[in-house]
Amino acid sequence: MSYVTHADLGGQPGFGPVTPEPEGELFHAAWEPRALALTLAMGATGSWNIDASRAVRETLPNYRDLSYYQVWLGALEQLMLQRGQVFPDEIATGEMRHPAAPVARVLQAGNVPAVLAKGSPTERAAPGPARFAVGQTVRMRAGKVDHHTRLPGYVQGKRGVIEHVHGAHVFADAHAQGQGEQPQWLYTVVFDEAELWGDGATRQNLAVSVDAWESYLEPAA
Amino acid sequence: MTGHDHSHEHSELGEMDLRVRALESVLTQKGYIDPAALDVLIDTYQTRIGPRNGARVVARAWVDPVFHDWLLKDATAAIASLGYTGRQGEHMVAVENTAEQHHMVVCTLCSCYPWPVLGLPPTWYKSAPYRSRAVKDPRGVLADFGTVLPESTRIRVWDSTAEVRYLVIPQRPEGTEGMSEEQLAALVTRDSMIGTRRVEAPATPGSAA
Repeated sequence: MSYVTHADLGGQPGFGPVTPEPEGELFHAAWEPRALALTLAMGATGSWNIDASRAVRETLPNYRDLSYYQVWLGALEQLMLQRGQVFPDEIATGEMRHPAAPVARVLQAGNVPAVLAKGSPTERAAPGPARFAVGQTVRMRAGKVDHHTRLPGYVQGKRGVIEHVHGAHVFADAHAQGQGEQPQWLYTVVFDEAELWGDGATRQNLAVSVDAWESYLEPAA
Repeated sequence: MTGHDHSHEHSELGEMDLRVRALESVLTQKGYIDPAALDVLIDTYQTRIGPRNGARVVARAWVDPVFHDWLLKDATAAIASLGYTGRQGEHMVAVENTAEQHHMVVCTLCSCYPWPVLGLPPTWYKSAPYRSRAVKDPRGVLADFGTVLPESTRIRVWDSTAEVRYLVIPQRPEGTEGMSEEQLAALVTRDSMIGTRRVEAPATPGSAA
């Protein structure tokens, strides 16, 4: 197992209180909006997909010591280094020293509104009939996988109930690994708090749901 | 001054600033980006796409029963009818708070958030404290926002683990019966549409009517 994510935080102890902030506060340094825009503009070149970029972000070794946009910028550099689009000496100097590697398209200023308004829908034609139905009890697959996944640790092995069927969506695990879209049925699965946190946890009158692809699920009695 | 001393005199933010500028410069020289597009992207999320969009959706749902039902049945289409579509809001679901059930949204794995209606996520939404605690101790998280719910109110936390994005329709406060859709939208806060606060009634009930 070589894949280690640092981003799977649900239910982890020790992070302290949440600090609210005013609604208008979007950035905390002048470089942050530039890092955001660089990430969106390079994403629009089609050089990688969103799942691949999430995989690079969550595996940055110092993920938990970095601010949010530091994670984004670090991942952006990695994605481009991996593809030979930039080189370490260029990142260090800010000067082009190697030929450009072609990109599929360049996001022009005039196209920004249309590109944002279109987005990247992930629903696809269903590969076959759905295996599970609303109301059915399922158990979430357990155990680490050696790649990016969207199955959080805190629900692994837990029993939940199918609440909604969302159609078939691009399967993040495969997509992140460059294995194509491999669409699967996507479900909202809801869990009782005792199932997730045990009878000893302080009761909150709580239910929690995740959205889960079909291969994350097994039938349960 | 040597280069070494010089680098020490930069704060961390100064170093980040230089690093981002260097990258932007290289990407521009290589023809991967249009620098003017960066300005448009930033302006879009600073002035055009933000929580006022979501507030308009909520206010419409409060005053228009047909829109309300459409929003709960097909949020993507209902929200698109007001002009809000696209990146990080391709597949929308709206969930409605009541006295019996309170909804709260999180992304424990990263920072998934409905950009077309709420804009960019706030720092706390992306932070480890929120992502770790929202699914286990939501009442503790709510307390950090000064929000206290009756024990009898069932809490439902939605962990956005795929590409479905959730918008909370907060409860319409009492004393707002005479208010216009526009006045109602002004009451709706970003945090109330994530589910960490409730919408407060106006300070002087009825004064805005």
